[in-house]
Amino acid sequence: MAVVREITFAEALNEALDYEMSKDEKVIVMGEDVGVYGGIFGVTKGLYEKYGSERVKDTPIAESGFIGTAVGAAAAGLLRPVVELMFIDFLGVAYDQIYNQAAKIRYMFGGKAKIPMVLRTTCGAGFAAAAQHSQSLHALFIHVPGLKVVMPSTPYDAKGLLISSIEDDDPVVFIEHKGLYGIKGPVPEEPYSIPLGEADIKKEGKDVTIVATAAMVHKSLEVAKKLEEEGISVEVVDPRTLVPLDVDTILNSIKKTGRLVVVDEGYPRCGFATDIAALAVSKAFDALKAPVKIITPPATPVPFSPALEKEWIPSSEKIEKAVRDVL
Amino acid sequence: MVVEEIPKETLLWMYETMVRIRVHEERVAELFAQGKVPGFVHLYVGEEAVAVGIMAHLRKDDFITSTHRGHGHYIAKGGCIKASMAELFGKKTGICKGKGGSMHIADVEIGELGANGIVGGGIPHAVGAALGIKLNGLDSVAVAFFGEGASNQQNFHEGINIASIWKLPVVFVCENNLYQISLPYSKQQTIKSVAERGKAYGIPGVAVDGQDVLAVYEVAKEAIERARRGEGPTLIEVKTYRFRGHFEGDPEVYRSKEEIEWWKNNKDPIKIFEDVLLKKGIATKEELEKMWEKARKEIEEAVKFAEESPWPTKEDVVEDVFSTPTKGVLVWQW
Repeated sequence: MAVVREITFAEALNEALDYEMSKDEKVIVMGEDVGVYGGIFGVTKGLYEKYGSERVKDTPIAESGFIGTAVGAAAAGLLRPVVELMFIDFLGVAYDQIYNQAAKIRYMFGGKAKIPMVLRTTCGAGFAAAAQHSQSLHALFIHVPGLKVVMPSTPYDAKGLLISSIEDDDPVVFIEHKGLYGIKGPVPEEPYSIPLGEADIKKEGKDVTIVATAAMVHKSLEVAKKLEEEGISVEVVDPRTLVPLDVDTILNSIKKTGRLVVVDEGYPRCGFATDIAALAVSKAFDALKAPVKIITPPATPVPFSPALEKEWIPSSEKIEKAVRDVL
Repeated sequence: MVVEEIPKETLLWMYETMVRIRVHEERVAELFAQGKVPGFVHLYVGEEAVAVGIMAHLRKDDFITSTHRGHGHYIAKGGCIKASMAELFGKKTGICKGKGGSMHIADVEIGELGANGIVGGGIPHAVGAALGIKLNGLDSVAVAFFGEGASNQQNFHEGINIASIWKLPVVFVCENNLYQISLPYSKQQTIKSVAERGKAYGIPGVAVDGQDVLAVYEVAKEAIERARRGEGPTLIEVKTYRFRGHFEGDPEVYRSKEEIEWWKNNKDPIKIFEDVLLKKGIATKEELEKMWEKARKEIEEAVKFAEESPWPTKEDVVEDVFSTPTKGVLVWQW
């Protein structure tokens, strides 16, 4: 097998954007500092030089205005915008355009409109960025019918899922964990797509299932590797897309292992982790050999001090303990 | 603008469309009172000249975004009244298959990007349509309709600013009907005219009497032609008045009966325009009366169609969330 080159998560996203922009003139990129600057995390680097200011649009700090602009351009059938919301925490100033407009237009119009747009945004703690630049708010998007929600964990998934998201005719919220931008992994040079709604088993195992998202996938894999040495076989399932959710893959894994730990960086109440726990007890109760364990941050804002933040983020130790607890 | 400069067929279209909106709205009020039209209903009676004076300049490939008070915009843009009436009833044959209702009537096929239940929510959508028009090299325009209440909303300010910096072919039409439900205009903002806000974003702002369809027509002509020429957006404030409550069932404790009667007697846009048409000999009283009869017939046919149409079924509840088939979406159906 040929050696696949390794690139970073950010570079993989950039390749997906570049490919889609080269293929379809209707694809444009909009957001704060996405142009000359190349995006605050470098994801749109080089696109401005290649496609120009008309298709790589720097916007004023007017998130509701420019996300709404994307919704209108998509609804009119004239463009397929990829909009960048710099931090998921900024959602509050623009939420109406996402949850009342983008998410509902198709349904309210009786299926007679399409909203082919992608809202790229960043999440995740670990950078001493404090309470308004560190959250993982994916549950707020999952909650609202009409939005597809994608949350990749590897460079390979990032590229394939972003291509699928841009080619999808529905509004997709594409959430990138800031801690993943620098990680490297094998990514084919040619374009490829990963269907929305397909989970990936990142590691097979037979004793315990961990369902984890984004950066938590990597922590879970570390724990799985460590426990493997003790003969504990952990299966790590990465849903990759949270809406639509690959219920079958998750349930099949739970039915195989009989034990479930859910690890997510979202808040604990009404979150993705509780959703998966509810799925398990509703649909796989008979297979469960132990109570479901949920590992999330506490129900507090994200603290600033690295000493506090370290405690706030789900740690490998907590994940390991949870696995041992359900065994 | 002198009436002689406007083609006769346009003048007659404007009168007839205002009449169709008036007859439609008054009939919907009855249907609501009879319990046949459910939900929240906001009617456009008294404001007809706004939609009509603007829409007289629009083509099918132009776009509009509308408001909760959107029936007039839809009709003037060329929407099918049978389909919208069925929608108001909540029937399967409705323009939105019974999933939108009065506040979400839309027809993307004719460039009507939707009424909107969120005040100011549609303003950036018109900006987006205009961005699409510009990047695709088309000569269409987009028009955002909204009320003066929306002019204090972020989407008004952000949307106009974006349209201004990108010089987009969009016209912002503020229907100032003097009340934000109950709050009078004088207590919403301190400036005399919403049009003044154009200056803040470096675009022309112009105020016009919204009860005079010819005045609206003239102002709209300049703004829309300017947008079509690629010279950027304009803000038009149309001063108007709603003859009915904010919504059907509004007790209207915030304004006097005398005030409403004064507007009906002195500033009815249809009467004002009718006087001009008769005085200038553009149409006879009989010709105009025929338009009323035709409109009443059209609306009755629409009501009949709506009444006889089937209800949507339980299977329809879960349709139309996404355009591509998805598995796992309806997990909530434990």
